[in-house]
Amino acid sequence: MQEFIMEQERSKLTRTYSRTAAVLSALAMGLGQLYNRQYMKGVILLAVHALALYTFIFRLPHAVWGLVTLGETETQLKKVGRLYKQVMGDHSVFLMIEGLVTVFVALIFIWIYVMNIKDSYRTGKMREQGEVPNTFKETVSFVLSYRFPYLILAVPLAGVFFFTIMPIVFMILIAFTNYTATHTPPKNLLDWTGFEAFRELFRIKEWSRTFYSVTLWTIVWALLATLTGYFGGFAVALLVQQKRIRFKSFWRTLFILPYAIPMFVSMLILQNMFNGQFGPVNQYLELFGIGKIPWLSDPTWAKVTLIIANFWVSFPVSMLMIIGIMSTIPQDMYEAADIDGASAFQKTRMITFPCVMYSMAPLVIMSFVGNMNNFNVIYLLTNGNPINGDFQYAGDTDILITWLFKLSMENGQYNFASVIGIIIFILLSAFAIWNVRRTKAFKEDTSS
Amino acid sequence: MSRKIRGSIWLSVSYVLLAVVGVFSVYPALWVIMSSLRTGNSLYSETLLPTALTFGHYANLFDKYDFARWYVNTLKIAVTTTVVGTILTLLPGYAFSVFRFNGRKTMMSTLMVLGLFPGFMSMIAVFILLNLMNLLNTHIAVILVYAAGAPLFFLFAKSYFDTIPKSLVEAARMDGAGHLGIFFRIVMPLSTPLIVYTALSIFAGSFTDFIFAKLVLRTPETKTLAVGLFDMISTRQSTDFTTFAAGCVLIAVPITFLFILLQRLLTQGLTAGAEKG
Repeated sequence: MQEFIMEQERSKLTRTYSRTAAVLSALAMGLGQLYNRQYMKGVILLAVHALALYTFIFRLPHAVWGLVTLGETETQLKKVGRLYKQVMGDHSVFLMIEGLVTVFVALIFIWIYVMNIKDSYRTGKMREQGEVPNTFKETVSFVLSYRFPYLILAVPLAGVFFFTIMPIVFMILIAFTNYTATHTPPKNLLDWTGFEAFRELFRIKEWSRTFYSVTLWTIVWALLATLTGYFGGFAVALLVQQKRIRFKSFWRTLFILPYAIPMFVSMLILQNMFNGQFGPVNQYLELFGIGKIPWLSDPTWAKVTLIIANFWVSFPVSMLMIIGIMSTIPQDMYEAADIDGASAFQKTRMITFPCVMYSMAPLVIMSFVGNMNNFNVIYLLTNGNPINGDFQYAGDTDILITWLFKLSMENGQYNFASVIGIIIFILLSAFAIWNVRRTKAFKEDTSS
Repeated sequence: MSRKIRGSIWLSVSYVLLAVVGVFSVYPALWVIMSSLRTGNSLYSETLLPTALTFGHYANLFDKYDFARWYVNTLKIAVTTTVVGTILTLLPGYAFSVFRFNGRKTMMSTLMVLGLFPGFMSMIAVFILLNLMNLLNTHIAVILVYAAGAPLFFLFAKSYFDTIPKSLVEAARMDGAGHLGIFFRIVMPLSTPLIVYTALSIFAGSFTDFIFAKLVLRTPETKTLAVGLFDMISTRQSTDFTTFAAGCVLIAVPITFLFILLQRLLTQGLTAGAEKG
């Protein structure tokens, strides 16, 4: 009986470890850890706390002010003594980027703070159960062996964060401002304009007409480019891999050439080959008595040229992949088909095609998505031309992504470019996520 | 018609078709090589085979243009990017393939989706970031941005690592190998095709990219091959076409050679990644 009471007393005493530790950690990062006798960890966290305090007190208010107002003083001429001098005001874009970085850093601190409380609470709980908390050495080795994936992911993810995610967030924000070539910082201050640019894109006729035409061509282009590349590669693969064809590797090497030549070189070469006046293609056509074809100057022909050029660079990759997959199809299936007296065509249709399709389907969808953004081919071959007078800053062969490039880099219509960017973003991520969720690389994880 | 005759007719048709595709694949390359050897500087020529050969255009590249410096710049950028970028791609591929941890799927889909967007969509922001870091007009900036973008294409690496038998890794763990030991001593040697494929595509990408390089590298001394060559025909209205062709040959030859040399490994890498999709 006495023993039981003592036991109860002790548990009453010790039960408070976790609560005290958590409260201390909430007061200042690291205090709870110190209380739990994890001195090294505690000191490190205290240092982090000091850094966080510095950020929150000295940097965050300015960052939030910058993000909300985008600057208040304009750049102007001011009289200094006798002379007028240009006095720099606030630079909206810099304020926006710096603000974003600071807010992100602050969020990371908050996350560490929450983790810190959780950690001291958990360690406190352990002590209540009579366990000894990890020493610093043990903590390090625990992290090294059980948190290994996070460790090796840290650097790549940090890179992606700074050079991909942050810029995309920035781009999205630009869509809600009045940032155009005629209204640029540091000369002017930017303002938040909400959905103004979105509304204009759909309401003003020149804009909406361009938008619909360009979107339609983007989809048609992506479909045709993907299908020709894929089935072209398939046909060539079937041709090369026939049993009786000799010098297989010689043929393959020959066909890989377009893939191996750097894209921007081959596109510039093709641009010259299809030159309407001097290009060799038209020279040969004339030789055969066919007139010159306006390959790059007529809207429809320019589109045809693009498809041909894209076919030329894209069939080798699908050929390589399909040959690879074909070599994994078990031979006895073909042998069985032979015994049943199947023709070569039947074997292709009933065995090769389904097997290849099964593996390639997700990749075909991905390449469709890739083709919607196939900037290089279009920019280098036609640059979106021929020019269409009815379009806002776009030519007949421009797809959304090249239009975006022209809008932002060449014409300074930054806010409209961002709106287009957001539309592409929404379109593609829906597609991509749907596709990714279906692929095997994701599916096989569900079991584990 | 007997089956045999039909078979041999089809075989000859196949060879003809192969030859046609062969010409179609090789012709542009052949045409540029021929143009680079032709006298004069125009695009137009009566014949494919030049009547008089000259290597003057190649010499021109080094005399009239700063071709040697462009080449050194490009190699410096491409090699550094390849080393850093390959490591940054293999690490997430390995982490996602071998380990199961919180937030794994979310991270994977996020990276996947981000990988679909062309880098320059947010180029203005990257430009300003580089400006804030005082890195404009430096090669480090280009390397940094290229390498930081590489991990977005981790999925191929992941699919490849998935094909390595788990039992091998577990056996090594039983023998007391640490994470790094397993990675370097067991997984890496089995992944040559993957490493070749990844390194080669990053190398080719950074060797030939010009959109971003053109934006960041502003002085003649920092130019890369792609930027230099592009400026050559865009500013001079193709009047120097034959010299441009010579430049194309000098750029394309090493990369094409690498691709053909590593063809077998490339096919293996592509297939293993593709099968798992």
